[in-house]
Amino acid sequence: MKHTLSVLVENKPGVLARVAELFARRGFNIDSLAVGTTEKPEVSRMTIVVDVAEHSLEQVRKQLHKLINVIEIVDLDPETSVARELVLTKIKVSPENRSEVIEIVDIFRGNIVDVSRESIIVEVTGSSQKLQAFEDLVRPYGIKELVRTGKVALPRGK
Amino acid sequence: MRLKMTGAQALVRSLEEEGVEIIFGIPGGVLLPVFDVLYESPIRKVLTRHEQGAAHAADGYARATGRVGVCMATSGPGATNLVTGIANAYMDSVPLVAITGQVATNLIGTDAFQEADTTGITMPIVKHNYLVKNPADIPDVVQEAFYIARTGRPGPVLIDLPVDVSRGELEYHRRDHPVLPGYKPTLKGHKKQIRMAARAILEARNPVIYAGGGVITSGASPELRRLAEENGIHVTHTLMGKGAFPETHPLSMGMLGMHGTRCANYAMCETDLIIAVGARFDDRITGKLSEFAPKARIIHIDVDPAEIGKNVRAHIPIVGDAKQILKDLNAAIREMRNEVATPDRSQWNAMIEDWKRKYPLTYDRDGGLKPQYVVERIYALTKGEAIICTEVGQNQMWAAQYYKMDKPRRFISSGGLGTMGFGLPAAIGAQLGRPRDLVFDIAGDGSVQMTIQELATAVLEGTPVKIAILNNGYLGMVRQWQQLFYNRKYSCSCLERERTPDFVLLAEAYGAKGIRIKEPEEVDRAILEAMEAPCPVVLDFWVDPEENVYPMVAPGAPLYDMIGDMLYPVEKIHPEKAEEPFL
Repeated sequence: MKHTLSVLVENKPGVLARVAELFARRGFNIDSLAVGTTEKPEVSRMTIVVDVAEHSLEQVRKQLHKLINVIEIVDLDPETSVARELVLTKIKVSPENRSEVIEIVDIFRGNIVDVSRESIIVEVTGSSQKLQAFEDLVRPYGIKELVRTGKVALPRGK
Repeated sequence: MRLKMTGAQALVRSLEEEGVEIIFGIPGGVLLPVFDVLYESPIRKVLTRHEQGAAHAADGYARATGRVGVCMATSGPGATNLVTGIANAYMDSVPLVAITGQVATNLIGTDAFQEADTTGITMPIVKHNYLVKNPADIPDVVQEAFYIARTGRPGPVLIDLPVDVSRGELEYHRRDHPVLPGYKPTLKGHKKQIRMAARAILEARNPVIYAGGGVITSGASPELRRLAEENGIHVTHTLMGKGAFPETHPLSMGMLGMHGTRCANYAMCETDLIIAVGARFDDRITGKLSEFAPKARIIHIDVDPAEIGKNVRAHIPIVGDAKQILKDLNAAIREMRNEVATPDRSQWNAMIEDWKRKYPLTYDRDGGLKPQYVVERIYALTKGEAIICTEVGQNQMWAAQYYKMDKPRRFISSGGLGTMGFGLPAAIGAQLGRPRDLVFDIAGDGSVQMTIQELATAVLEGTPVKIAILNNGYLGMVRQWQQLFYNRKYSCSCLERERTPDFVLLAEAYGAKGIRIKEPEEVDRAILEAMEAPCPVVLDFWVDPEENVYPMVAPGAPLYDMIGDMLYPVEKIHPEKAEEPFL
């Protein structure tokens, strides 16, 4: 079962290494991990998607809490939180199918951020499912390269 | 006015402000600025002969005194030599601050001479660590390190100090309190949980208390004793919990687990309520996890929330400091006693007494010098008042089985990591922390050779530790497992005591005293002679080489499945007690 943990950590050197080491050592699987700054310069937010059973999720949380630099951990409920991911895809295009691809990009409200004779780079944001659907649709044209940021998320309201 | 000083001076000043009275360590290139300042400091410097010895000595000091132990090593090999000792302290939750030198900041990452990624290497075996990049951070880092090491669930904290940071300048300023937004250990137990636990205890028919090292760490022995006595509940303890509850107390069932007493293990199989205090349901305790305590509900009291639910499900978890929780729990029970009916426990208590009587710890006294006999005599002649350090293996289990501890902080043993070579340096550390106490290291010939060089430290520091080697010429526990589970194929476990080393000569070479004992009749005289000697003494007991530690739960077997009586049947020693086993 996948869970999205929003982890506030002190913005100090080595914090990412500590978190990564903890997951490796305790045998927890990370699906994705995104780190970035927050509204406070001394605090960073890690959004970690883990694939674990309920019992081990509790262990993950407790073990994370033991890290001195971890300030707060929230297990984000998909119902009450907003999650987004960004993908950059370099798609093979030819003069014949370029407009077809652009149509798909438009449907997904993507942006074309680079164009060359043989390929375009497209940026799409959204839920992981949306990005997956986009990826599946453009795959037949040929995906030359692709990168996903991993999920970032915040709780709704309040 | 803020004082201007160097990083090294700030470090030593901070250590003094933390009340450090003793440091174990070895200098080296990048630590020279620090040792230069230490030279003038009132802090006692104990020069060990290997950094592992420094870490274990600091560990032994910490366990014996309850204070934070401090060890120091230079960069690269100095730091990596500390690693075993740090891991040992981590596994047994011992408060330790390790300070390592590091190459200059501009050389970090260049594979410089004696460079190792010390913070990286130690990350999984410390409670926290620091790589100090700025001299001005030193006072805060030291303050935080000591605070983290000794509070909550204690553990080792490492400070890695590049040489240019030691040499750099700062204006010394110490905060009133460390600032750690992500570190707030829970100390007070949840009120509702405590009331639930109180009710469960009152309602239990067959309760047991399972006491671990956390009871000793938090100083909760008086509260634990009150819980046991006021409710007439029997107590079993882990290796780390030895001394948490008096072993000579009528309610003590002794140690449980792999080499625990039958009584304690059988009680775990039959109990309907386990009151676990500062213990972590380690595999040496539970045996086969799926068959552990099948009838029991579990109250789990621990300061580390991550221990709760890690190995077994806790029905009533209480996170917090054991002393505080037990105090509140005792009060809650007293308050609720009249509202809640307690079932008749006479049958349960009778069953426990019956097990105790039927299955005492015992061994075959025939056939030469027995290691258990040696420990029994040390116990008798020291009147149970010595501080006992142990090495790891058979010696450790015999020490645990036959040296009864009535007080906390007197049994010092490497429990979690199982570090051979721990005992001798730990004994030196314990002796320095408790100079008036008699300190024994109950050792094996294999283990003691892993840190034997610390005899030099013992001699020079004037620590009159007594090293009682139960010399069986084997890596004894390895040999025992090979005998029991690998068809007696003694692969690489024989140490050939006839050929090497001569421990008496070795002791003398270091300036200590050496006594060899081969006959049971010589045991008492040798122990007494050692106790009277003002210097370190090596007692080389040539014990029965193929003696085994029994009883024993085979690894992976359930707790009721204990072996040992086939070789030393109860009937042989107490023919009147031979009866059907209960299960």
